[in-house]
Amino acid sequence: MKKYEYTDKKDTRSGFGAGIAELGRSNPNVIALTADLAGSLKLETFIKEYPERFVQCGIAEANMIGVSAGLTIGGKIPFATTFANFATGRVYDQIRQSVAYSNKNVKICASHAGLTLGEDGATHQILEDLGMMKMLPNMTVINPCDYNQTKAATIAIAEHDGPVYLRFGRPVIPVFTPADQQFEIGKAWHVNEGDAVSIFCTGHLVWEAIKAGEILSEQGIEADIVNIHTIKPLDEEAILASVRKTGCAVSAEEHMLNGGLGDSVAQVLARHFPAPLEYVGVHDTFGESGTPDQLMQKYGLTADKIVEQVKKVMARK
Amino acid sequence: MSTSGFHTRLKTDADVDIRATYMELQQLEGIATAVRRDILRMVAAVNSGHPGGSLGCTDFMVALYFDIMRRKLDGDGKPVFDMNGHDEDLFFLSNGHISPVFYSVLARAGYFPISELATFRKLDSRLQGHPATAEHIPGVRIASGSLGQGLSVACGAAYAKKLNGDDKHVYVLMGDGEQQEGQIWEAAQFAPNKKLGNLTAIIDLNHAQIDGTTQNVNDNRDLAAKYRAFGWFVDEMEGNDISDVIRTLRKSQEDPDVPTMILMHTEMGFGVEYMVGNYKWHGTAPNADQLQQALNGLPLSIGVTDY
Repeated sequence: MKKYEYTDKKDTRSGFGAGIAELGRSNPNVIALTADLAGSLKLETFIKEYPERFVQCGIAEANMIGVSAGLTIGGKIPFATTFANFATGRVYDQIRQSVAYSNKNVKICASHAGLTLGEDGATHQILEDLGMMKMLPNMTVINPCDYNQTKAATIAIAEHDGPVYLRFGRPVIPVFTPADQQFEIGKAWHVNEGDAVSIFCTGHLVWEAIKAGEILSEQGIEADIVNIHTIKPLDEEAILASVRKTGCAVSAEEHMLNGGLGDSVAQVLARHFPAPLEYVGVHDTFGESGTPDQLMQKYGLTADKIVEQVKKVMARK
Repeated sequence: MSTSGFHTRLKTDADVDIRATYMELQQLEGIATAVRRDILRMVAAVNSGHPGGSLGCTDFMVALYFDIMRRKLDGDGKPVFDMNGHDEDLFFLSNGHISPVFYSVLARAGYFPISELATFRKLDSRLQGHPATAEHIPGVRIASGSLGQGLSVACGAAYAKKLNGDDKHVYVLMGDGEQQEGQIWEAAQFAPNKKLGNLTAIIDLNHAQIDGTTQNVNDNRDLAAKYRAFGWFVDEMEGNDISDVIRTLRKSQEDPDVPTMILMHTEMGFGVEYMVGNYKWHGTAPNADQLQQALNGLPLSIGVTDY
């Protein structure tokens, strides 16, 4: 197992904040919008440096999506920011008609996704957002895994012409990807070479997959770990290349199993290379209040759970 | 219509003439009649679509496109369409179901051939049941149909014009039933707070929606008082009187920081006697006999033809 080390722990939302601050300096068309969550989305630097390109919409997410669509008509690149729940479920029809169907260059940037939002509970812990967004034609869906990858992804989506959903989170987690990386939309990142089992992971579960890979390696099982940061368009080639080598796979994500990364992987395997697949994710249930760590334990989004699923899937080969 | 460049617009009340600058009123009325015939024939041909609101908004749409809006035109007077619409006035249709009047006016203003109106609502057409950008029809900048979204989009476009130092104007038309949508009121707060004086919104006040009168379905009550309280400049006009539409739209841009809301009184089905004031014609197409009866009452002007 390739060794991954970290010297720092940061939240992915701060990676977004750093990325958009950099975009503010490099791209005069970038506009940041928020619905009363500028602090939570780490927009302070952007606002301080470019107050005229910051649009405070107040607690009115539907309007923020429409205003963003309108801004693109004037050649702007709006980054509409709020919590993932309010950025998707609350405004699905606005995104569908004014952004996706109209194919507008709007970047929907969503923090506090998933269970790791923590104590606020299920009203705010959206676990369906990737599914909703990936179903929309024209929409690109990205779920980065640490501070550096989130920053790089934020910068990369400004160069992509079309609607994007960028999902990140609140908890402080290890920073283990390189600071100077180039983010390529739709191109999976090969975390570790192995031949026993494929692990397809995204977002906060990538670090858990690395920890699982270390546990497995000590037991003589070398996992092929692939980070699928872009849920759509899916890197089908990377998925197939890995499973052709390993013959079985586990998906790992902080999302509902229905509609998540695992669903996408299953579709690819069913069509092109049927092979056993097990899932790590949330099983058709809402979350609840608790600390992020407690919730990840309770809902089985951990390295240990990945190891367990690996054993299960390998037995089915 | 001018042959090149922009239409210019009179800015102050004192300069307002009740007659169109570039076209005689009679000419505009001739276009409006042709548009009404288009609407009726388009919806009758596919036995679907929304004639009532389309007919009610015809005079407004003709006045807007043939007199009010400063649009980019080439040397032959044909419109030049690009999505960004820099340095020209923009229009958004929020109540997308009145697509027949939008398409007819766009075609007759030169954005695409009027013959294409025959494809309305048919398979593989650029003229979808509700306006869409996916088929790249010139003149349409956003999809609409799911109600309540157009005012927000217009706010964004107006905001971009301000950021771009573009002094042109943004217009958006909404329905009165549409005022029941919550998103409208999010945008209603946003526009005055962001000082979008380059935005004029128009509400088609025909008091009718699919299930009945707006009063019976979910009463709008005093829209003028509501928008004034939100910080808009509120005006009213007679939407089925081209002169009044032109006069009102020309004078309503004086405060650079205050958006304008115009309550436009219209009659659903205006121009077709048996449709006037009857909400049943919101979304029902006339049959062959009804179509003929309606067309008989709308004789074409000399030099104007059907599609």
